[in-house]
Amino acid sequence: MKFKTNSPLPGFAPALFYTVLYLALIVVIPLSGLFFKTAELGLAQFWDLISGERVTHALTISFTTALAAAIINAVFGLIIAWVFVRYDFTGKGLFDAIIDLPFALPTAVAGIALSTLYSGSGWLGSLFNKIGIEIAFTPLGIVIALTFIGLPFVVRSVEPVLRELEKELEEAAASLGANRWQTLYHVVFPTLLPALLSGFALAFARGVGEYGSVIFIAGNVPYVSEVAPLLIVIKLEEYDYAGATAVAAAMLLISFVLLILINALQAWSQRYKSSSQNVSTTPVQEHLA
Amino acid sequence: MDIQLSGISKQFGQFKALDSVGLNIQSGELLALLGPSGSGKTTLLRIIAGLENADIGSVYFDGVDMANTPLRERQIGFVFQHYALFKHMTLRENVSFGLRVKTRAFRRPAAAIRARADELLKLVQLGGLEDRYPHQLSGGQRQRVALARALAIDPKVLLLDEPFGALDAKVRKELRQWLRDLHQQTGVTTVFVTHDQEEALELADRVVIMQKGKIAQLGSVDQVYEQPASPLVFNFLGDSNIIAAQLQNGAVYVGDAEIGAYSPSANIAVLDEGAVDVYVRPSDLRIADAEQVGIEVVVNSIQRTGPIVRAEVSFAHSTFGQSHSTLRVELPHLHHDVPRFQIGATLRLRLMQFSVFAPQTITAVREQLSAPILIGRERERLAG
Repeated sequence: MKFKTNSPLPGFAPALFYTVLYLALIVVIPLSGLFFKTAELGLAQFWDLISGERVTHALTISFTTALAAAIINAVFGLIIAWVFVRYDFTGKGLFDAIIDLPFALPTAVAGIALSTLYSGSGWLGSLFNKIGIEIAFTPLGIVIALTFIGLPFVVRSVEPVLRELEKELEEAAASLGANRWQTLYHVVFPTLLPALLSGFALAFARGVGEYGSVIFIAGNVPYVSEVAPLLIVIKLEEYDYAGATAVAAAMLLISFVLLILINALQAWSQRYKSSSQNVSTTPVQEHLA
Repeated sequence: MDIQLSGISKQFGQFKALDSVGLNIQSGELLALLGPSGSGKTTLLRIIAGLENADIGSVYFDGVDMANTPLRERQIGFVFQHYALFKHMTLRENVSFGLRVKTRAFRRPAAAIRARADELLKLVQLGGLEDRYPHQLSGGQRQRVALARALAIDPKVLLLDEPFGALDAKVRKELRQWLRDLHQQTGVTTVFVTHDQEEALELADRVVIMQKGKIAQLGSVDQVYEQPASPLVFNFLGDSNIIAAQLQNGAVYVGDAEIGAYSPSANIAVLDEGAVDVYVRPSDLRIADAEQVGIEVVVNSIQRTGPIVRAEVSFAHSTFGQSHSTLRVELPHLHHDVPRFQIGATLRLRLMQFSVFAPQTITAVREQLSAPILIGRERERLAG
């Protein structure tokens, strides 16, 4: 590792110092505390604790609903961002502010509002009940809550990139004979993909850890609609600290692996931006060979 | 393919970008649209392409009205000032884009498309770089890729919007020459927009000079340079000196000196006798021999800038010249007149070539030069 830089602008040493200190205090120490606590268990006991059917079910529910919600948000968030950037309409400013509400609203408030709306006797819930779809107290309800929570992440990630997108790119594609769909698919979408993936990752990560807005609409029926964060709280309330940390550590590991995967996907989607040095030499070498 | 424009008008809010413009572009010619920013030249180009719709007026390709033919069906090669390359595609993918998006019935097999793209990249001297991405290229190379991409669809007409505007002077010169060669090879009708008169004069067969949304003059390079139709055209095509003069009995007088006969060119109105303005380029002034008619001047300053020597002189007799009393002179550095330009020396200058226009107040001249330039951001910046 090299700490000396050739930059004539000072500030590297203090900046790095504060970065390391801050990350250590805020992120690394609490998380490693979790792992130390888990390590006390031993591998066999840890495996016993997390392979119980209730735990695996809660983990599955948490990750699949977060994934589903993030996918829904990616699709509709993209559309909303598109409409906001490309079109002008009355009340745009108001809608723009509404998008951010899930950021600002206490999640419990959102949870209560959603569960009132979607419960069997609620406005929307009663309608869906008529066609045989139950939303409250099922995984579907969880997906709805997580979609609500995650929407701004996608919209706010995609929006600036879309705004910066040169109009000429689309004009060039059209002049070359591409129809609207081909232009979107071949030119616009690949440019937005990195931002879309980062919004997706943020929405997903938020969804996995979400607690406040979910517990009301989920109903928390074990083996049906119980999410992992809730299970951790239940175990804590039962003074089962070992069990709680085991579930937490498992969530952390899975999340970490998934986020690395998403990051890799994002890097792939930006491969054309990769540092020019290593890529640019290859075609020349090929040419010379 | 020839292109006819008739009565094209276009308005952006309060700003009249084009005011009933009519123009015939001949098949296979290389035409320049020249004008200051805000003169409507880019808007005209975009209307030909179908990137904008005219408010009034029609565009005909080979006599066929293009009103209902959208951009993507016009088969136009359009080159943008800032290249507009697809950043996430390799050069080969960029160039082959137009071939790959064709409907299945018209699409060539993948191998043929690939071969055509590689061939075009060779044509623009970028062979061997097929797998690179645009960000790995220099500006000049990117613009050549953009050209190859536009040529891939076998365009009926090639439209270039300030194609070399974002490049440095040396690269620009190279690309000009290269575009000229390419046009000779392919013979595609080509229209390009520029605000650089040197570029227009060097490249084009014919030049359209635009001013405030109208065509100020249309003609061959020699016509517009030697017989400018208005002071604006004269000013726009190079540096100018303005000398107050008199028109008497068909001859032009500066003070007592008769500097030449008055021969109005075909495209401007004949002037009345009396006060006129003589427009002369700094490079068209030379020292007069003893037997030649000349204007007496005093040398104020001399500046040597490599191949060109610039001098500023003022009239020896303050009676002529009046308000604009100094002249700029440009000489090649090895010219035999150069040693005689000494500060304080009195010389007699002759006008090798000049144009005569009706007299204008200085403010009118300034207005013509600067009025159309204020659009968009420039106007905001000045207001703020």
